[in-house]
Formats: sequence, C-alpha cells, structure tokens
Amino acid sequence: MAQTETKTAEAAAAFQPRIVAFVCNWCTYAGADLAGTSRLRYPPNVRIIKLPCTGRIDPLFILKAFEGGADAVLVSGCHPGDCHYTSGNYHARRRWALFRRLLDLTGIDERRLFFSWVSAAEGQKFADLVADITEKVRAAGPLEPANPARRRL
Amino acid sequence: MARIGVFICHCGENIARTVDCAAVAAAAAKMPGVVHSADYKYMCSDPGQQMIRQAIAEKKLTGAVVGACSPRMHEPTFRRAAAEAGLNPYLLEMANLREHCSWVHEDRAAATAKAIDLVRVMVEKVKRNRSLYPIRVPIEPTALVVGGGIAGIQAALDIAGGGKKVILVERGPSIGGHMARLSETFPTLDCSQCILTPRMVEAASHPNITLMTYSEVEAVEGFVGNFQVTIRRKAKYVDWSKCTGCGDCWAKCPARKIPSEFDARLGARTAIYRPFPQAVPNKPVIDREHCIMLTKGKCGACAKACQRGAVNFKDQDELVKVKVGAVVLATGFDLWDHSAYGEYGAGKFADVIDGFQFERLASASGPTGGEIRRPSDGQVPRTVVFIQCCGSRDEKVGKAYCSKICCMYTAKHGMLYKHKVHDGRAIVFYMDIRAAGKGYEEFIRRAVEADGVEYVRGRVSRIYRRTDGKLIVRGADTLAGRAVTVEADMVVLADAVVPRSGGEKLAQLFGVGYDTDGFYSEAHPKLRPVETAAAGVFLAGACQSPKDIPDSVAQASAAAAKVLGLFARPELEREPVVARVNENTCVHCRACIQACPYGAVEDHEIRDRKGHLVRTVARVNEGLCQGCGTCVAICRSGCIDLEGFTDEQVFSEIATLE
Repeated sequence: MAQTETKTAEAAAAFQPRIVAFVCNWCTYAGADLAGTSRLRYPPNVRIIKLPCTGRIDPLFILKAFEGGADAVLVSGCHPGDCHYTSGNYHARRRWALFRRLLDLTGIDERRLFFSWVSAAEGQKFADLVADITEKVRAAGPLEPANPARRRL
Repeated sequence: MARIGVFICHCGENIARTVDCAAVAAAAAKMPGVVHSADYKYMCSDPGQQMIRQAIAEKKLTGAVVGACSPRMHEPTFRRAAAEAGLNPYLLEMANLREHCSWVHEDRAAATAKAIDLVRVMVEKVKRNRSLYPIRVPIEPTALVVGGGIAGIQAALDIAGGGKKVILVERGPSIGGHMARLSETFPTLDCSQCILTPRMVEAASHPNITLMTYSEVEAVEGFVGNFQVTIRRKAKYVDWSKCTGCGDCWAKCPARKIPSEFDARLGARTAIYRPFPQAVPNKPVIDREHCIMLTKGKCGACAKACQRGAVNFKDQDELVKVKVGAVVLATGFDLWDHSAYGEYGAGKFADVIDGFQFERLASASGPTGGEIRRPSDGQVPRTVVFIQCCGSRDEKVGKAYCSKICCMYTAKHGMLYKHKVHDGRAIVFYMDIRAAGKGYEEFIRRAVEADGVEYVRGRVSRIYRRTDGKLIVRGADTLAGRAVTVEADMVVLADAVVPRSGGEKLAQLFGVGYDTDGFYSEAHPKLRPVETAAAGVFLAGACQSPKDIPDSVAQASAAAAKVLGLFARPELEREPVVARVNENTCVHCRACIQACPYGAVEDHEIRDRKGHLVRTVARVNEGLCQGCGTCVAICRSGCIDLEGFTDEQVFSEIATLE
C-alpha cells in the first residue's frame, strides 16, 4: 500500500502539466514581462497566447486548448476598471461566469479553468499565479485521455 | 507557399544562458514552412538587423519570426527592419524568449523546450498574417477648449499663438473662471485681476479664437483628428451684436436680490446681469430662472431701458455643430460643500464661510469693497479662525486626497486679514503644512514671522454659536498636548477642492476616464500627464487634480503643445489592428454594436443601384476602432475578425501547443 502511494507521488512529480494562458496585451502580458525583468521564477509549464484584450477571447479558444491537450487554461487581463479598452474585461468576466458552468457539460472539470486579474505592475502576482496553477493541476493529474472531450489527433 | 525566416537572438547571455539558442534555431529550421533559420548574439544590433534584411531579400521570405525579448521592447525595431527590406512590417512577429522564458526559468532543457514551443506558435501565426497598411485619417486643425478659466485661456492662447484655430467654450456668461474672483495670489500677493484680465481680453480679441460663452458641450461624435461636437448656446435673451454693455438694463431690473455666484453668495445681482464689471465679453445675459418677465410674463423693464433694442425675450437655445481635431478639457474645480460637517455648523452659521467667500471679502471689487466685514452683521471680526483640511484628507467624507492649494491660500488669507485688521488675531488650525513650491515655504514663514498669523497644529472638533453671537471653536493643540477653545468672530473653512459639477457627464461624452473622486484620469500618471485614454483629448488644470495657478498654466501650455504637435501633421497614422465585418454573412443582430466600447461599429445600409434598401449590416469605422476585439468574440455568426488577431491565427496558435 505504502509502496503504491510513493509511486503515485513520483508520477505526480514527473507529470508536467500543460497550461495555456490567454492574456491581454496591456496588463497581464506586461505583468508577465515584469516577472521576467524582475527575474522571478515560475514553472516552465505555461504557454502564453497574447490577445489585445480579454474581451477578444472566444470561449471556443478555451475549448480548443483543452481539446488540444491542455491540462489547464488561464484567462487573465486587466483589473476591473483598468481595461485599456474601457470595458473589454467586463465582457470577458460575464462570458467566463457563464462559460465556467457550461464547461462541466463537456466533461472537463471547471476547476481546470482559471481566471485572474494581473496588472502590468504585478509581476510577482503572475509568477505566484503560474506556480499555484501548476501545483494544483499537478495534484489533479492530467486531463484524462479517456475523456471524450480530449481528442488527440 | 509560406517562406518563413526564424531569427533567434542570444541577447548576449540573457537568453543564451538558459536557452540553447542554436538548438531552438535548429528545431525551427524543421518546422513546416520555415526556409531560413539563424541565431545571433544581438539580433537588435545593426549586424543582427542586417541578417534579417538580407534573409528577407535573398530567401524571398513571406514572413519572419524573431525569437528575442518582449515585443513591447523591440517589435517596432524589427518591424522597421523588415519594412526596409521590402517585407510588410505586419508580416513579422516576435516570440518572447527573454521575459517569458529565459529570465523566469532555470532548467535549461525545459526552457529550451518552451522556447521551441513559443517559436512554433509564432511561426504558425505568421503564416496566416496579412499585409496591413497604416490607416491614414486627415486632421481638422481646429481645437476645442472646454472651460474658460485660467487653464482654458492659457491653452487657447498658446494654440492660437501657434497659428491654429481655437473654439473656447465656457459655461458661464464670462471667461475668467475662479481666478477672476481671487483677491490676491500667493506667494507674490499680486492682484489676481490685474494679471488675469489682460489675458481675458487677449483671448477674446485673438483672431484665431472663437469665444462661445454661456454655452455647453451637448454631444460628441467622431475620433481624434475628426471630432464633431455639438455645442448648446444657451439663450441669453440679449442680442450681443446690438448690445453695447452700457448697463441701462441692469440698472432698471427690479429683481435685485439674487445671490451673486461671482461674489460667493455674499453680494446680490439682478436678473439681467454681467457676472462682474471686468467680464469678458462685457455684455449681460438674462437669468431665466429669476427674470420676472420670463417667469411671470410681465415686466420688461430692461427692454424699455435698452436704447438699442437688444433685449429679446423670445430668444432660444441654439445647437451649434463644430468640427475639431483635438480637445482640451479645462473644466476646473469647485469647493466642497462643508454642510456635510455637522460639527462645523452644517453650513448654518452665516459667519462660518469658505475660502471663496473670504476671497470676495478681501477683494477690492467684492461686496465690502475690500474691507473684511463678517456676513452676519457687517462688523469687522477681531478674531478669525482658519481651519485647514476641511473635507480633504478625511476618509469619513470620502476624500482621502490632499487638496494641495489650501495650505497656501490659508496663509495668504491670514496675511491679508492681518494687513487689513492690524490688531486682529488670525489663528490657523492645521494638520500639516504642505508648502512645496517655489517661494511657498518662505511665504508661510512670512505669514508666521512677519505678519504674526498664529498656527495651531490640531483638528477642530466643534464650532457652536454662543448667545452673544461669538463662535466658540473647540479644538486640540497636538503639539502642546492640550485642548484649545477660541472665541472667534468669523471662521474660514478651507474646503476640499472637488471637480466641477457635471464633470462626469462631460467625461463620458469624450470617453475620458475619471477616478473615484471625479477627477479626470491622465493616460499615464508619470509619463503622459496631459493625455487621456481618449486619443486627441487632453487635460489642463484642476479638472485632473487639485492645482494652483502656476501648475494649471503649465499643464495648459503642455496640453497646447500636444495639440500643436498633433496639428503639425496633415494626416494621422494609426495601427491597422482594427476589426472588419464580413458583410456577406452579417445578420445584423447588432450584438457587436452594443458591445463596442467606442461606438465604432455602425449600421450600414446596403442599397441596390436604384437606391432600394437591400439590407442593413454592421460596419466598423476604422477611425474609431481601437482593436480590442470584443465585437469579434461576441459575434454570433462569426463574421467579424480582428486584423492581427484573426480567429484563424489564434486557433492555429492553440493547435501548435498540442
């Protein structure tokens, strides 16, 4: 029994989650830049896709990312009220609130979808966020290949 | 067929230390569509850029990916290099291998793998990039200045002096703003009117300035370089082309007890009035709320008195449309209404006055002719208490900020009082003295040492009126550590500086942001202090934050310089990252029109040759679109796309991460 547990723990440590992050150009992308300029460390599991604004994010992007094998998806933009385009992040927030509930219908655990506000001044927050997501997803394990939503081509 | 070139930068050691750049270049060379792949120590240097230019020319590249620092750093550099080699700059993309990879990771293998992924994403994206061309919009070289205070006047004069036309809109009947009401100005104690009124006259007579007083901005359409602004010219009931400003009308007006706004309600005016004798334009308007003829339908004394026949009771508001290329907002400030402070009498004591009322008492043109006489009985007060930070720095009333000017004007008030009432006592209660400015600290010291103004550090907890009319001021002296009680004849409150009423509505018209206190937001607190988030709209003066006269004037000149800089070009170039509607598939559900924060999506009617309406679709106005893409994500029929971030591009990026 004890042996099995050790093995599971080892497997979890070896598992490298794949995280796709959809971020806006003005806040979170710049926040991630700041994490770099400040030489902060975070796990190399995240792949950032830059968009002008979180308002540009079609829910289909998130589904496609999961379908393509992402173990988690992060959506991050400007804080409420700070949107470079005045209100794009509010659209994103509304869309996300609704989409999160629908995600369960696809068989994907909604806890694999993360949403955050990271401003251009919050390099530390971005680094912590990626570390936190990586840890959580590593604990949750890979998005099951048996899941019909995941279709490896 | 795509022919992509990949260029991996070492950034000295910055990238190469954790990423195996040669391995990334080798992996990129195998990616589909890549015909050229190289790595170099400093890609942004001249030899590095030359590598890119040479490869574009020799290998006939149709796209390029530079794996280097953040695109926020060097995208313009590399795009310029691409353009020099004849490649459309929008066919070059950057993979962020430094800020997003080498600088944040330690494990060389993992960082290299990530770098290869980031390059692959961009290679797939750039294959789907289209050539884009900057959008050119002509500029209407006329500026609109909203607000005729010192900031607005300065901005208008500077722009007009630069040879461009200016329309100066002022809500009141005269320009001059608050500065015209001040007695003397700190720290030089020169007479405010003497330095301001010549500028007012200059603004009114300048050939490039069109003055629109008694007018307000009603609606705004358009965008930088091409605003269409609708201005409401309120009915003046006096034909200014006939009026000579002789004054016969207001001498005869029977409605004589209207509190004068200019005199801070300490004096009275008539219903047909000019706000003050030095008003510009020096012509009267009829206040329609108080005019007996306009409210009750009989009187007409002014019309009878006017020998020129200038009074016209049938006058109506007029909407004027103007075309301008840039806007300067200089709407200024108000003083906070201290009646929210119950402990200071809730505004019920006549002798507890605000700073403007003291200014009018001290002014030679004021209701007392410059003698300090208290409002209740006209007596000369022997003890005057000044209380600073009334509302400012008090989160209980929702104002955490410092109003900046009160320390200085309170010291000035104390001085002016002592100059006029030599044996009187001027006592100032203060929290801190903030006298940062040229000659300001010296001015405070002068008030204390030369003029004998008494300063007590502490807050006043309560003011109440004794039966003999004395105002009892109870406070604390925190330096001496004891309670203080003063029997005062008059109290002057340094009320917080707040933005002008109606400021929020104006900001919304122009798409300018404002903070929780209502002050207009600048584009960047340090580096872009006069611009706003709305392109072509600039800020001047206290509408942005509390400011004294020199700061307001400096900002106004800065705003004018920005306007002149904008007008120096005949055309405006904009990033072509804009949304486009496929009009063949648009079902005109109007979801995008409602979602667009800029009102950039418009209804467009498609008509046949005979002019019959075929159908209506959405169309994006390129001049207004800022390229956020909210409309794209919201479109139900998938018929809007955003240049540079098309669905095809984003989906291909996602697909490479499998």
